[in-house]
Amino acid sequence: MELLIAVMVGVLVATGAYLMLARNVLRFLFGMILISNAANLIIFVSGRLTPASPPLIPEGADAPLVEVANALPQALVLTAIVIGFGLFAFALTLVYRGYQSLGTLMSDEMRVAEPKGEADQ
Amino acid sequence: MTWYLAAPIVIPFVTAIMAFLFRNGPEGRWISVIGSAALLLASALLMREVLAEGVVAGQMGTWAAPFGITLVADLLSAVMVVITGITALAVAVYALADIDARKEQLGYHALFQVLLAGVVGSFLTGDIFNLYVWFEVMLISSFGLLILGGSREQLDGGIKYVTLNLVSTILFLSAIGLLYGMTGTLNMADLHLAIQEVENQGLVVVVAMMFMVAFGVKAAVFPLFFWLPASYHTPSIAVSAIFAGLLTKVGVYALIRMFTLIFTVDTAYTHTVLLWVAGATMVTGVLGAAAMNDFRRILSFHIVSQIGYMILGLALFTPLALMGAVFYLVHHIIVKANLFLVAGVARRIAGSTELSQIGGLYKFAPLLGVLFLIPAFSLAGFPPLSGFWAKYIVVKAALDLEAWWIAGIALAVGLLTIFSMTKIWGSAFWKPHPEGLEPKLSSLPLRTRAALLSPIAGLAILTCVIGFFPEPFVQFAERSAEQLLDPTEYVEAVLGEGALEPDATAGGLAQLEVGE
Repeated sequence: MELLIAVMVGVLVATGAYLMLARNVLRFLFGMILISNAANLIIFVSGRLTPASPPLIPEGADAPLVEVANALPQALVLTAIVIGFGLFAFALTLVYRGYQSLGTLMSDEMRVAEPKGEADQ
Repeated sequence: MTWYLAAPIVIPFVTAIMAFLFRNGPEGRWISVIGSAALLLASALLMREVLAEGVVAGQMGTWAAPFGITLVADLLSAVMVVITGITALAVAVYALADIDARKEQLGYHALFQVLLAGVVGSFLTGDIFNLYVWFEVMLISSFGLLILGGSREQLDGGIKYVTLNLVSTILFLSAIGLLYGMTGTLNMADLHLAIQEVENQGLVVVVAMMFMVAFGVKAAVFPLFFWLPASYHTPSIAVSAIFAGLLTKVGVYALIRMFTLIFTVDTAYTHTVLLWVAGATMVTGVLGAAAMNDFRRILSFHIVSQIGYMILGLALFTPLALMGAVFYLVHHIIVKANLFLVAGVARRIAGSTELSQIGGLYKFAPLLGVLFLIPAFSLAGFPPLSGFWAKYIVVKAALDLEAWWIAGIALAVGLLTIFSMTKIWGSAFWKPHPEGLEPKLSSLPLRTRAALLSPIAGLAILTCVIGFFPEPFVQFAERSAEQLLDPTEYVEAVLGEGALEPDATAGGLAQLEVGE
């Protein structure tokens, strides 16, 4: 199971990196979404995957009686997903607004805030 | 009692809510000023506590470390919080005159306060995942502040800033995942112990490099700094100033924390990389500044170059060098924020920040000239201003280690810094205004003038105080460096006494796994 997820992380990162090499900012963002999902999987798998019961403690006991799944990475991944969702929603809106007012999605053509070079004159 | 640890985080959040509720009226900006003053007060109380008691730690929600989230303040954290309070107050006062009603209605003051909460949270947390969360709080509010107003330049700069910072965020998150997989803990003090138990130390170095790259993007070191000069000159002056003062320094703080507390197992490798990075950062930053012709863009490149000195202090990794890094951090935040504020006043009265389009400031606004010269000379390292002592300590540390070439670079970069400061001086202050304008300070209404100039004057006085009476500040930096190099006190404050004894193995999940 760990191996399978490790391979999945590799595929996600490779695809994401390929997309991020594009000049198109939208492709770049899509690539980043893939890689951020890979990061979530890394956290998940680093908490060890066990085919065990949910981490619940029966009433009256102080500790779980049987082997249970590690709850911490689940909490971390949940936090990371929520934060990542917010960030990408913002980034997509920003790129859309940028497209509206700059008229391009190509990062090479976004030179409004850059110093005026030879090419612009 | 841990209220003095939580107060500097809670105050900005409460202020943010209040400021957002009152965003349509003039009350919002005063709430922001009062909140920033309260933050400064709370940070001063925290500092008093840390000076009296040593490292203080608080377990949030009374979950014992390493299971809960810990807030820790050692001398470095405490001084960073105090300096955040000072910069926040200065910028909040400046914003009274700098931010127009439209940006206030869009929620400028609320975003500003959330940014402060994120910065203070990053300085105080003792948990590495919590550090990630504070970074995100800081990042998302900085996104909002950067593009507030939505001009074409801002959107252009904003896209570069946002995308490159997201890359660093993902790297940071993956590195946390891998570190947790190896050690089974997220508490920084516990990590200090657990990392030494890891069998595969090669993997530790790989993760250390991931953290170095992630924080390197935030700190804007070579070759990861491109987002900074692409965006810092686009937003409002008040926003530029707070970004320039605080944001990159959070990255530097995180680097110092990680590479003194956790990743000290292979310093021969990691700190050599840092040394090369420091040298390249200093040189590229100052050369970039020399090539620029815009007030704020020159200053942006100088941030990059000055970050190099702080990383140099960390890379040399001797008590004197770390002391220099701490001193440099404190001095730099004050000076850099101040220079951006001066650039704002220059734009206000002379009409632009483009050096070819302004001039005559010395003749018509000599007071502004004096207020520019103090931080500018301090940045370049003229005695007896604060920058001189900061540079002196770092260069002395390099010479003590007989690292001649890096000491030479540090000195040469200082000279080049003077060159670009004189470029600003020559164009903006000495040369007559190209359109024959008379940029007088008296052209501004009295209240505007007071709001713009009093924070600049206050920060300039602070620079002079640090410069003329460096003794207590140097002693403080020395104590702080001792704490960083010997984390015993830090670890014991978090995990309790006896955590470092040989039979007490690494706590948390690592212990469980050993038992399995």
